[in-house]
Amino acid sequence: MTQRLADPLMIAESWMRDGRDVAIATVIETWGSSPRQAGSQLVVDNAGNFEGSVSGGCVESSVIAEAADVIRHGEPIMLEFGVADETAWKVGLSCGGRIKIYVERLG
Amino acid sequence: MIVDPYCLKKLNEERRQRRAVIMLTDLEDGRDRVIRETDPVAGSLGNVIKKAFLTGRSGVAEVEGRSFFLNVYLPSPRLVVIGAVHISEALAPMAKIAGFEMEIIDPRTAFATRERFPDVNVYADWPDGVLQERPLDAYCALAVLSHDPKIDDPALAAALNAGCFYIGALGSRTTHAKRVERLKLLGFNKDQTDSINAPIGLDIGAVGPQEIAVAIIGGIIKSFRSRDNLHKDMN
Repeated sequence: MTQRLADPLMIAESWMRDGRDVAIATVIETWGSSPRQAGSQLVVDNAGNFEGSVSGGCVESSVIAEAADVIRHGEPIMLEFGVADETAWKVGLSCGGRIKIYVERLG
Repeated sequence: MIVDPYCLKKLNEERRQRRAVIMLTDLEDGRDRVIRETDPVAGSLGNVIKKAFLTGRSGVAEVEGRSFFLNVYLPSPRLVVIGAVHISEALAPMAKIAGFEMEIIDPRTAFATRERFPDVNVYADWPDGVLQERPLDAYCALAVLSHDPKIDDPALAAALNAGCFYIGALGSRTTHAKRVERLKLLGFNKDQTDSINAPIGLDIGAVGPQEIAVAIIGGIIKSFRSRDNLHKDMN
């Protein structure tokens, strides 16, 4: 119920107006303890600028890298990070949680 | 599939207007739909949507063999308090903890001081003017606590017209009966006056301003989680 300072979707709209290519990443599901709940969003543009968060810092860099591909190809992807996953351990989601993130291109 | 720019614009426009909205994504084909609280959706999907609006929780739902993702955007609920009184002092920290943006309106400048309410917006002015500048809506709760009909009544009228999800008024049953008579003279019907929570707050046998504040915040949460904006005119 708290108000967010920077609103990712409002920023996505203004980026779109400026003619920038944008991808939106959304937390679809979470299991166990995860820092951000379902519905949390991160928006990324083609230059790698981003606003919002999907995990409180642990998986953002991976999501931003994947978002660049999504912007290029237009194909959405479903990402999963969790303790069972080697990369997830590396990116730091070691708190026992697992998250599923959907990344799609805007327009 | 991709996010439709039209859907994003529509979604953001609803959010700017402080209206609750859901982005419904069909996870099979990736198609998005923007659902407003007043939009009728039939069947099991309709029930899932209704529940999501109430809880404000986003998540995946399986409906008749299809997976949907519901991203729920609720306006941040505001609590408008009329009267910079002792109960308001106790309410301020509780409202903050419970996630309500609280503001206080009281034209009595001796009451409405920054020092007494460091963490909330205080408007030392008459409710009519303040509420014209910052209109109430379905995602506002109003608590009138000033004990002065000249201050309280115009705010109550504004809240009834705006369809606030909670309207509470401090005072005994006798005081409230007189208040209801005055509101009837202003043209409000019985359903409307019955919707006012009075005596204010949940019935927990509260003693003193602090406990009354607990009863009020409890009543507000109860109303928030059972609100039915579907039957309200939300233009």
